[in-house]
Amino acid sequence: MRDSSRRGFMGKAFGAVAGVGAVASLFAMKKTWDPLPSVKAAGFTTLDMSAYNENELITEKWRGKPIFVLKKSAEMIASQTPVQQERDVIVDGSHYMVAIGLCTHLGCIPAYNTDKKDFLCACHGGQFDFSGAVAKVPPPRGLDIPPFKVDGNKLVLGEVGPEYTKMKESGITL
Amino acid sequence: MAKFTKATSIKDWINQRLAIEKVEKVMGSEYWIPKNINFLWAMGMVLVITFVLLLVSGIFLLMYYQPNIDTAFYSVNYTIMRDVDFGWLWRHIHGVAASVVFLIIYIHMFTGIYYGSYKKGREMIWLSGMLLLVAFSAEAFSGYILPWGQMSYWAGMVITNLFSGGSLHADGLVEWIRGDYVPAQAFLSRFFMLHVLLIPLAILGLIGLHFAALRIPHVNNQDGEEIDFDAESKKYLDGDKKGSKVIRFANDFMSKDMMVAGIYLVFFFYLVFYNYGFAMDPVNFDPADGLKTPAHIYPEWYFLWSYEILRPFSIDIGLIAFAFAQGIFLGLPFLDRSPNAIAANRRGPAFMIWFWLMLTNMIVLTAMGKLPPEDPYSTIGYWAAILFIVQWLALPIITSYEKKV
Amino acid sequence: MKNKEPLILAVVVFFSLATYYLVEPYAHHILHKDVESKGFVYDGSDDILEVENIISGLQKTKLEKELEYKDASADEKQKLKTAIITSENDIAIQKVRLEKKQTFFSDVARIAKIKGDAVTGEAIFATCSGCHNDAGIVMGTIPPSLDNAGVYYTKNYLIGIIKDPVMISNVDHKFSVENEHPMASVKYMVSSDEDIANVVAYMQKIAISPEKVTPKMAYENTCGRCHSVVYEKWTQLGTTEKFKHKKDTLAAEIKVLEYEDSLKVYMGKLPPDLSMYIRSRGEHFISTFIENPQSQLEGTSMPRVGVTADTADKVVEYLKNAGDTKRHEREEIGRNVMIYIVIFALFAFLWKREIWKDLH
Repeated sequence: MRDSSRRGFMGKAFGAVAGVGAVASLFAMKKTWDPLPSVKAAGFTTLDMSAYNENELITEKWRGKPIFVLKKSAEMIASQTPVQQERDVIVDGSHYMVAIGLCTHLGCIPAYNTDKKDFLCACHGGQFDFSGAVAKVPPPRGLDIPPFKVDGNKLVLGEVGPEYTKMKESGITL
Repeated sequence: MAKFTKATSIKDWINQRLAIEKVEKVMGSEYWIPKNINFLWAMGMVLVITFVLLLVSGIFLLMYYQPNIDTAFYSVNYTIMRDVDFGWLWRHIHGVAASVVFLIIYIHMFTGIYYGSYKKGREMIWLSGMLLLVAFSAEAFSGYILPWGQMSYWAGMVITNLFSGGSLHADGLVEWIRGDYVPAQAFLSRFFMLHVLLIPLAILGLIGLHFAALRIPHVNNQDGEEIDFDAESKKYLDGDKKGSKVIRFANDFMSKDMMVAGIYLVFFFYLVFYNYGFAMDPVNFDPADGLKTPAHIYPEWYFLWSYEILRPFSIDIGLIAFAFAQGIFLGLPFLDRSPNAIAANRRGPAFMIWFWLMLTNMIVLTAMGKLPPEDPYSTIGYWAAILFIVQWLALPIITSYEKKV
Repeated sequence: MKNKEPLILAVVVFFSLATYYLVEPYAHHILHKDVESKGFVYDGSDDILEVENIISGLQKTKLEKELEYKDASADEKQKLKTAIITSENDIAIQKVRLEKKQTFFSDVARIAKIKGDAVTGEAIFATCSGCHNDAGIVMGTIPPSLDNAGVYYTKNYLIGIIKDPVMISNVDHKFSVENEHPMASVKYMVSSDEDIANVVAYMQKIAISPEKVTPKMAYENTCGRCHSVVYEKWTQLGTTEKFKHKKDTLAAEIKVLEYEDSLKVYMGKLPPDLSMYIRSRGEHFISTFIENPQSQLEGTSMPRVGVTADTADKVVEYLKNAGDTKRHEREEIGRNVMIYIVIFALFAFLWKREIWKDLH
C-alpha cells in the first residue's frame, strides 16, 4: 500500500515538474510571437517640434502612413475660426496642424499650396484649409488626427495624451 | 519475441514483419459498412480526395512562393502563374479545392444532422468533425493571406481586429497576433508557418481521430437501424452476400466511393478550368495596399453565414452572437434531447421543420453576408441571425417532446 | 426498396446552386454597376446624361430639405436654409456644366461633318509638333507621339481634344480657370472648324492601317504613358532595358521615379500598374471603363482616352497577355483533362456495377 501510494506521489510530482517545464516553454513561445522591438519602436514616432518652419508643410511617417505637420504663423492663428482652433495641436506655445495626410474621401494624398494656404486633392478636387478641416467636398470629414501626446517640445505619435482624448471625444477626429 | 520463419515470398517476408494481411483485413476487406446507405456516405472519401489535391498542389506552390511582403504577390501572380510550367494549374486546383472542400464539408455535415449520425455513441465522430471544420477554416483563412493581395490584407486586418473583443479594446492581443500594429511582414511570415505546417499537422491528427471515432460505433445507415455487425458479417463471409446487411469497405463500398468521386471530379475540374472566378476573388488580384480600402470587404463564401451573424448587431452583441454561432454546432449531440437516432423524416414534423429551416436560413445568411449592409439586406440579415439563434435555443425543447419511434 | 438517390441528388444540387447563384451572379449584380458599351462613338450622350442625373439627384435632395424645413425647429431651420441654398447653388453650377457640354458636343458633331483637307492640315499640324512627337517635354504626362493617332483614336475624339481637351476627356470636374488642363492652350492655336477638320484629316491620312496595329502598340501608345505593366517589363517611359552596370540600371530607375512623381502631381496619385487588371477587373469592366472612366468610377481623375473599338480590343488583348498569359494552354489542357476525367468516371461506374451485382 505504502509503496503504491509513494509511486502515485512520485508520478504526480513528476507530472508537476513536467508541467513547470511546459508552462515555461509556453512563455517562451508567447514571447516569440510578440511584436519585435524594431516594430514597436516604429509604432511611435517622436517629432521634435522646434525644428519646423512656419507655413512649411513637412510630411513625416507613422505606422506606414504619411503625417502632415504644419507650423502655423501668427497671422494664420489669428484668422482661425473656432472650428479650426479646436484642431490645433499646441506644443510649447506654438500652434501646429498635425494630421494623417490622406484625403478622407478615397485616400489620395492632398498637396499643400503655400500661397493659398490650403490643401488640394488632385483626385477629386477636394479641398482642406490649413487646419485640415474640409473646405470643399467630396471629403466627408477633415483630415484625421493621429493619436498623439505632448511631451515638452516633443510630440509622440502613437501614444494617447489628454489633448488627443479631448479631440476624439468631441468628434473632431475619428 | 515473435517467431520468424524463412520467407516464402516477398509478401510473406513483409507480412511476418508488418502483418499487412491483418492490416488489410482490419482497414479494408473486413471493415464492415452497412449496405443501406446512399451516395452521401461517399462524401468522406470525396473530402479525402480533395484534401490530397490540396496537399499535392500546395507542395508545388510552396516550391516557388515567397513569404515576403515585397515579393509574395509577384511570386504568385508572375512566377507561378506565368513562369512555372503548370504553375497556373496548381494554383487553380489549390484555390478551387479550398473553396469546394467547404461545400463538401457542409454537405457532409448536414447529412450527419439529417440522419442523426451524432448520437448513440457517435458523439466523438461529430465532435472531431466539427474540430476539423474549425481547423479547415483556420487553414483557409491563413492561406487567403498568402498571395498578399488587397483582400488578403484587408481580410487579415478585419478578422484579426475581431480579437480586440469590441469594447474590451484588447488591442494588445490584436498586435500580438499580428506581430505589428498593422498586417505586415511578421504577420505574413507567421500565417505562412501556420498555413504550411502547424494547421496541416493539426488537420492530419484530427482526420486520424475522426476515422478512429468511427471504428467502435460503425458508420450509420439511412434508417438508423442498429445492425449486429458480427452476425451480418458472418452471413456475408458464408456467402450470403445478398442477404447480409453489411458489405466490405474494400472493394464493395470503395467501388461506390470511386464512382461518386468520378462524378465529383468531373464537376471539380470543370470549375478548375472554366469557372474558377468564385474561388479566386478578383479583388485579390490587386496588390495589398494599406492606404486604400477596397469598396466592399467580404470573406470567402463559406464564412459568410457566420460573418452575417456578426454584422447586423452592435459590435459587442455581434461578437457574442458570432462566438455563439462558431461554437454551437459542437453542442449538437447534447442539445438534441430526442431518444431517436434516425433520419429527420421519421422523427416527426418538429425536427423536420427545424432541419430544413436551419439549412435555408444559413443560405439566406450566406447571401446577405455578401450583399452590402443596406436595406433590405441588412434587415433580412438581422432577422435571419435572430432566427438562427432562436432555432438553436429551441432545439433542446422541441427534441425533448419527441416520442420514441 | 425504392431508390431515393436521384431525389437526394436533386436536393443537394438545388441547394448548392441556390447558394452559388446568390453569392456570385446575384451579389455581383448588386455590388457592381452594370455598364454597357455605347460603341466607342463619343457623341456626348453619356456625358450629358451624367450631368442630368446629378441635377435630378440634387433637386431631389433640395425637395426633401424643403419638406423638412416646414416643420423643423428654429435652430434646425437655420441649418436647413443653408443646406437649401447650397444645393440651389450646386444645381446652378451643374446647369452651366450641362449647357457647356451640350454646346461642345454639338460643335464636335458639326465639325465632324466637314470634309477635311489633309494637305492644308499638314501645315497646321506643325503647331502640334511643338509639344508632341518627342519634343522632350513633360506636361504632367509626356505629350504622345501623333504619328498614328489617326488610327488609335476616333474622329470625334480627335476633333474634341483640339476643340476642348477637358470636355472630350470628361474631366471638367477637376480642372478650372486657375487650374488649367495642360493642353488647354490648343484651342487658341487651332480654333476654326475648318482648321480642326483639316488637322484631323491629316492625322488620319498619315496613320498606318488598323490591321497593322499590334496589341502592344495599342497599349503602349494609348495607355502606357501613365500605366506601367511590370509583368511585360513596361514602364511609363518605355520597355525596361538591361544594363551592364548597376549605376546605369539605377539611373534608368530614377528617371522613371521622377516621371512618376510628375504623374502623381498631375493625377493626384500614381495611376496603377495594370499587370493583373485582366484578373482583378475583367474584360468587360476594362473595355467599358476605357470608353468612359466616369461611368464606373465617378469622379476619377483618369481622362477618357477616346480610342476606337478596335484599339480597345487590342488593349484588352495586351492585358490578357500580361495577366492571363497561360489562357490558351488552360483551354487546351482543360479540354483534355475533361475528356480523361469523364472516362475515369465511366470506368469507376463500370467497376462499381460489377462489384454490386453480387450485393443486391
